[in-house]
Amino acid sequence: MDKGGSVFTGKKTFAEKMKSRKAQQFFVIVTFLFAPLLLLIVFTYLPFMRMVQFSFYNMKYIGPKKFVGLANYVDVFHRTEIFRALLVSVYYMGGAVVQLVLALFFATLMVFKVKGESVFKAALFFPYLICGIAVGFIFKFFYARGFVFDSLLQILGMKLDHIPYWLQDQSINNVALAATSVWRYTGQNMIMFLGAMMSVDTDLYEAAALDGANNWHRFRYIILPSIKSIIVLNLILSISGSLSAFEPPYVITNGTMGTGTYFVIMNRLAHENQKVGLACAMAIVLLVIIIFCTVAQKLFFAYVFDNGTDDESKAAVRKRKKAERRRNAQKGAAV
Amino acid sequence: MMKKKKGISLVFEILKYVSLVFGAMCALIPVCVCVLTAFKTNEEYAATSVLDMPQSFLNFDNFVTAFEKANMLRGFLNTGLVLIVVLTASIFMGSMLAYVLNRFKFPGRALVQNLFMFAALLPGIAMQVTIYQIMYSLGLVNHLYGYMIVLMGTDIISIYIFLQFFENLPVSLDESAIMDGCTYFGVFFKILFPLLKPAIMTSLLLKGVSVYNEYYASNLYLQAPKLKTISTALYTFTGPYGNQYNYICAGVLITIAPILILFLVFQKRVYGGMAAGAVKG
Repeated sequence: MDKGGSVFTGKKTFAEKMKSRKAQQFFVIVTFLFAPLLLLIVFTYLPFMRMVQFSFYNMKYIGPKKFVGLANYVDVFHRTEIFRALLVSVYYMGGAVVQLVLALFFATLMVFKVKGESVFKAALFFPYLICGIAVGFIFKFFYARGFVFDSLLQILGMKLDHIPYWLQDQSINNVALAATSVWRYTGQNMIMFLGAMMSVDTDLYEAAALDGANNWHRFRYIILPSIKSIIVLNLILSISGSLSAFEPPYVITNGTMGTGTYFVIMNRLAHENQKVGLACAMAIVLLVIIIFCTVAQKLFFAYVFDNGTDDESKAAVRKRKKAERRRNAQKGAAV
Repeated sequence: MMKKKKGISLVFEILKYVSLVFGAMCALIPVCVCVLTAFKTNEEYAATSVLDMPQSFLNFDNFVTAFEKANMLRGFLNTGLVLIVVLTASIFMGSMLAYVLNRFKFPGRALVQNLFMFAALLPGIAMQVTIYQIMYSLGLVNHLYGYMIVLMGTDIISIYIFLQFFENLPVSLDESAIMDGCTYFGVFFKILFPLLKPAIMTSLLLKGVSVYNEYYASNLYLQAPKLKTISTALYTFTGPYGNQYNYICAGVLITIAPILILFLVFQKRVYGGMAAGAVKG
């Protein structure tokens, strides 16, 4: 882009200018990258490497370390409390599915004309913004014996004797806790779905209406295809999300009576029992699960969803995109 | 024929509003009951059903008590300070990083980008086991600035938002500024940074909410009572006031209030930010 200048200023100054540009570029890159990279290394990759290392040791925060090989990993799958935590997360995954269905349902309703749309949207979304500790307190109160939920059920005609103890009864308490997650995240999922649905060209709706499509057709052939990728994304995210559930069970039951989620148990082992090695092994296992899910998601998007259009095959699209990327990269280099 | 169709769409309309109202009620009732309870005196709280109205909605005693007992003033001050520093830092670091990654080609660029992307996968709370050790050896535990640094160090949200935004800023802007003799610093601070305003707003809102609500790291690194943030201050209600839900509800409402106000003002932008965040996957 300095070509114009070189004609007037001569070859030497142009070379000098280029040199100073290069130096300047280098300087900008280094200064702008320094702080974020330093933080990334110190607070993400250094702890990550230590996590891998510690997972092979029997150790506390302070004091001697003892190398134990894979014993911690064996423990992760053999200690009943950790195995139970994995089972508990199944409840949260079930909750995640319910939440997706509800979110999809409400988002679909909102796509059609709704009076007071913003009020419904805000009411459903707001729980997402409440801090986890507050959510914990709200539902500790909600589920406490004879309090909010029980009173509501009594108004509906149930007898208190027939209502289970929501937080103590081991056959129901994890369902009650997973329901708090549904309460918290349904609105956020709905907004995400709604965003994807709204990005559909409105001409499509009009054209479909002219062709005599009813509401069901509209949902099945226009709305659903536009959001299928975001549905799969959310399903996969919900797996790691359900293993990461922490604050509500931590505040409401503190993981007692069989409600310890993976993070609640890990927190207890790491900071109360100081079994640092075991907690690190748990973290690595969780990471492996997360990476597995992410790879599954990438593969799913690459091969199951056809990115091709009517007149272009998938492979052709990929080829074209590659070429585009190369062109963009060259453009980037030119700056 | 026409009549039948009308009947069906009327049923559909009714069902639509019934389910929306039901959904909204499910979302609001747990919080609304907290509002009722927060205005009840101790005697009222003990004597009435939780669903009964309080005698007066002007009885702010519980709010005062909760505010004082949990030392929420301190919590708000600390959280406010943390918000200012962390948000400022993450806006600048996030936008600078995105600028460099988006506009320059240099050896290691792909590596840096992938390092940040992979970091987003690492499970947050689990990482704190070893981060705690590093914080401890750096002498950063029990200092407000230590907590701020941890929050800055684990910031991926704003980087995503800025990277996405830069994709849509034409490179010709940079080129013409450089033709006019602008330096790269000049290009970034004078030309591009002002254009980032929408991305800055989005990242302020999303990051702001996540910092305001952050509990785990705050509990871990700020253990001295005078260093409590708003979420750890709220957590103190599990202790001696464990069953006085009229105080607890007041505390919960005090904590939620600022977020609620912010949300009502910036609703559209919050939704927009959510949708943008969804694209990242």
